[in-house]
Order: sequence, then C-alpha cells, then structure tokens
Amino acid sequence: MADTMETGMIGGKKIQKKYLREKMMPHIFCNGCGLGNVLDYVLWAIEKEELDMDKTVFLSGIGCSSRIPGYIHADALHTTHGRALGFATGVKMANPDLNVIVFSGDGDCIGIGGNHFIHAARRNINITVIAVNNYIYGMTGGQVAPTTPEGHFGTTAPYGNIESPFDMSQMAIAAGATYVARWPVHRPNQPINSIREGLRNNGFSFIEMMSPCTTAYGRRNRYKDIKDLWDFYINNTILKEDYEMIMKFGSEEERDATKDKIIIGELHKASKKPLEDKYREMVKELME
Amino acid sequence: MKYDIQKVKKVLGKDKQFIHGDTALCYGALLAGCNFYGGYPITPASEVFEMMSKLMPKLGGVCIQMEDEIASIASIIGASWTGAKSFTATSGPGFSLMQENFGFACITETPVVIANVQRSGPSTGQPTLGAQGDMMQVRYGSHGDFEIIALAPNTIQETMEFTIKAFNLAEEYRVPVFIMIDGDIGHMREMVTIPQEVELFERKKPKVSPDKYIPFGPGRYGKKKVPEFGVFGTGYHTYVTGLTHNEQGFPATDDQEEHDRLVKRICEKITDDREKLTDIEERNMEDAEVALVSYGMASRSSLGALNMARERGERVGYFRLKNIWPFPEKAIEELSTRVDKIVVVEMNLGQIYHKVKEFADCEVVLSSKIGGEPHSPKEILAEVK
Repeated sequence: MADTMETGMIGGKKIQKKYLREKMMPHIFCNGCGLGNVLDYVLWAIEKEELDMDKTVFLSGIGCSSRIPGYIHADALHTTHGRALGFATGVKMANPDLNVIVFSGDGDCIGIGGNHFIHAARRNINITVIAVNNYIYGMTGGQVAPTTPEGHFGTTAPYGNIESPFDMSQMAIAAGATYVARWPVHRPNQPINSIREGLRNNGFSFIEMMSPCTTAYGRRNRYKDIKDLWDFYINNTILKEDYEMIMKFGSEEERDATKDKIIIGELHKASKKPLEDKYREMVKELME
Repeated sequence: MKYDIQKVKKVLGKDKQFIHGDTALCYGALLAGCNFYGGYPITPASEVFEMMSKLMPKLGGVCIQMEDEIASIASIIGASWTGAKSFTATSGPGFSLMQENFGFACITETPVVIANVQRSGPSTGQPTLGAQGDMMQVRYGSHGDFEIIALAPNTIQETMEFTIKAFNLAEEYRVPVFIMIDGDIGHMREMVTIPQEVELFERKKPKVSPDKYIPFGPGRYGKKKVPEFGVFGTGYHTYVTGLTHNEQGFPATDDQEEHDRLVKRICEKITDDREKLTDIEERNMEDAEVALVSYGMASRSSLGALNMARERGERVGYFRLKNIWPFPEKAIEELSTRVDKIVVVEMNLGQIYHKVKEFADCEVVLSSKIGGEPHSPKEILAEVK
C-alpha cells in the first residue's frame, strides 16, 4: 500500500528529478496513454533495485514505447524497427556487466521483430524486456497489429480484423524466457514488483504491459475514453491463480465466464544459466 | 579483453601461412584488435565466421551466431557502443538484409567493419562463385544521404592488411568500413606473412565531464567533424538514435537546419579526406595510351591482360583502385588527361564504370564479365583496341 502512495504525485517528483532528462520534455505521448505509467513503474523498480544508472543501458526499436529511453538519463540506443534485441544482444555479450533493459511495443516486438524476440528468449540472455502491448500500431496511426483481437478495427482493417492475435507472453514462455509476467497498467504495485523480479532474474525476462491507446485504438473500438480501456482491463483480466482455481473447482457457469479472460500475473519462472555466463565459462576454460 | 599482439600471433600460429581470403579477413580483424564478431552463415563468407568461432574465444573476445544478418549487423553496432571493435562478414543476400542497419550505423556514427565476400546476384544467384555486383549497393544501398569507406584488396596478403586498415579507419572516422572482396579471393589460397607489429588507431573518447560532453557535436581532440565517443557504461549517458538528432543526440525530426547540419557533417567527415583516402596502384603507366582501370578480382585478370599487351608492344597501363569509396575523383580526372582511353574492368554489368565516366575526360569503355568466371586477358584486350 505504501508503494501505491509513493508512485503517486508525491513520490513521483523524486523519481522524475532523479531519472528523467528535463531537456527532453515535454514528452510526445498522447493524453490517456499508458506509457507514462509504464515508465513510472520501470523507474520505481530501478529505484528499489538500486541499479547503477552509469551501468544501465536502455534499448528500443521504433514506435511510441520505443521513445521511452529518450526520457531517461542513461546510455540508450534507439534502434531500427524490431531490431532492438539484436542490438541488445551485442551490448550484453560485449559487456555483461551492464544492466540491459529493452522497451518494445507489440508491433515492434512480435511483428517486425518476432524473429529476434524468440531467439533472444531462446538464448536466455540476461536482459529485461518491457513489452508495451496496446493492441495496435499507434505511432503510424492505428493499423492492426499482430496482437489486435479478432473483430476489432484498425485503419488497415476497416471491416474488422480477421486474423488471430498473438499472445506475446505465451510466445516468450515457449521460446525459453526464464521470467514472464503480464500486467495491465491500471495496477501499479504488481508490475513494479514484476519488473524488479525481471531485473533480478539472471536470464531473459519479459514483462508484458497492457497499455491503453485511446488515440489510435480506443476510438475505433468503442473505447473512446481512457476510462473505457481501464474498465476493459478490470473486467476482462483475471489473475493466473484465480483462473487456475476456477478452471479446476468452478462451476460450468463460472468456467464459461472465465475462459476467454486475459490471464495476468506472474506467468512463468524458471532457472537456467544465461548465454553470457555460459560463454564466459567457455572462454575461461579455453584461455587457461 | 586486453589487446596483445603477441597473444594474437600465438593464436594465429606460424608467421608464414598458406591461407584463403576468408581466413585472411579473420586474421586481419584479430590483428586489429577485433573483440566482437556477430555472424550468420552464408556462402562464400562462412569460413570467416567458422575461423572466428574457433579463434575468438581463445583471445577472450566474443563470437556469436545471430538469427539472421539483420541481427548480426545489429549485434556488432550494439557491441561497438560498449567500446568493442566489432566485425561481421557476409555476402549478397545477407548484405541486402543489412542495408537498413548500415544507415543506422552511419547516422549514429558507430565504428563497425563489414566484409562482403561478393557472389553473383540478383537474389540467390550463384552462391559459390565470385562477382563484383555490390559495389554500388555498398555506397547507395541504404536510404538517405551518407558516406562510407570501402576498400578492395586483390591478394590474400592485402586482404589481411586492408582488414587491419579498415578497423583503423572505422575508429578514426566513426563510420562503417567495408572490405569488398569476392568468392574467388575469399576461397583462393596464397602465402601470407603475418606482420610483427601492427599500428592501431583507437576511437577518441571524451575527456570532459559528462555534463559538458556533446556527443554529436564537433570533435575536440581529433578530426573536427568526428565527435568523441562516449562508451556505454562510462557515465556519459549518451542517447543514440537513428532519428535526425541535434548535437546533444536528442531527436530534431522537424528541424531542417539540424538535419542539414547533421547529414552534411557525417558526409563531409569522409569527403573532406577524399584525397587522403585515395589509394591507387599503377603499373606501366609512364607511356600508356590506354589504362585498364580495375579493382579486386578483376584487377588480377587485368594484370594478365597488361602483361600480354606489353609483350605485343601495346602501350597499355594498369591503374588499380585499392579504395572505391569515397570515390577517387581527382585521380580519375587526372588519369584521363594522361591517356586516350580508359577500359574499366569489372565483374558486373558496369557499376564503377559509371563513376569513372563521370570524372574522366576521355573515352571510357567497359569490359564486363558476369556468370562467376573472371575475365580472360584476351577478353579485356578486346576492349583495348
């Protein structure tokens, strides 16, 4: 509870002063956008984990969420569309002592960058990915993404999306990530804790943040107001533990009402040596 | 990893070796202090990667197989920002995939070295055979205005030496530097001598405190148009973006003046030194009436043609371009005042031929050969007449 209070206006000032580049303000994000929340949660996690900002590198691709590192006072590589994880692999392998945090969007991560995403997860390289999922290509004006739910509208799906969406977090688990969590932005505490877990995990960590985009997504899909999207998260998500309970012990009606909800929470944890540790061990052996 | 030439030489083995061009690329890189290789297999460049996989870990450096060429070029740019000297090698299809990130390396002024062991295109073409079809792509393949440096060795010894030079130029100019060989040189074996000593250039780092550091402004300690490089993890908090940026590195996407200043600076830092970067080999040019202008593999055929012509008593000369980009404009201009005719010998349908024509004030003809076979001397001499 104390954390929730701090992430509000009062604690926020402290965080702003310590971590943000004032020269970069004002930011480019729209009213109602969830990226400010995501940035706030990441900075709080960094603060709590006491990361050395001289030894932390942020990377991103292209899209609204990929503009986040520009506002943080640290080394950052704002790369090409979908390729941040390729660059991040180079940074981490070349200097494993650096903390590497990647911001990506749904289109950036699982659309154009899908190949890099699954291979970075497979290698279990020790980086933390914050994947902001707004279910749309926001920066380019609202084209459907690989995550857009079937039947929803985008500028390139004016008659409704007929494709099946990707579940990024499930993909991360399948590909070999060792920490995976998914949270909507309306809950501040749990994402902060998950990001902290991700930063602590010695391996590939993937935190999917469900984040509202009223400008490009909401207004074409009956979520004209920011509240509509927050309500959607509240009514259509369910904690993993609750979901498993209901599926196991619930009545048929309860199960029916639950089965299509988006499962949130800590979805996966595993222990596996990361690539850069294995590489260092190999080098040590060869050089002896 | 701390660079120590004796350690490198120990890992490379004997001082005299009978090796192929791909191995020479690898040796040159390691001699230049390369400590990061991000690769993806492709014929006829795979042997560079295989040799790196074997030797790099023994020197404490990193060699990693990425998921595709887009990622391999991305990884070496990322590594370079941690201060690593990074390298990759590829061929046509992989080279095409890398184009977008080449542009990223140009606008972010990231030192990287890329070898293109060229093969016949378009598309999959003739994977195992040599060609010179990427000479324009290396210069103009990525979108927008930029300048790069490209070298074209023609022996195995030179391939090794030019690779060392490529690393030095990348560090000095903060630009991607390309070594353009082809499948023939890549797979051809010759005797090489590994140098006893290597002169290395290291990128200039900021000496000012982080609050005074201007990451994309004018250089203070080296070249005026090359800013100092704030290595990630050293407290300089550099924001590196592929967007048009101001001197602080912050996006300036709707600022005409900032864009003009940035793009002109990253071009001029190379073109200002065009003369200095020009590297030409001349043979029998004193009395020549016809010059054979060539580079890389085609220059080896040209040498055969030169000898044949001289035996016949024909006044033919040999003019080899050892660097292709920035294009040696003045050298070609000057050459055209000395001869009546220039024959450009290339293993493509005419690429550098057009650049020569642009600057030569004499007759210029093309001797072109494609299909994976080098020119025969006779084919070249047919154009001399």
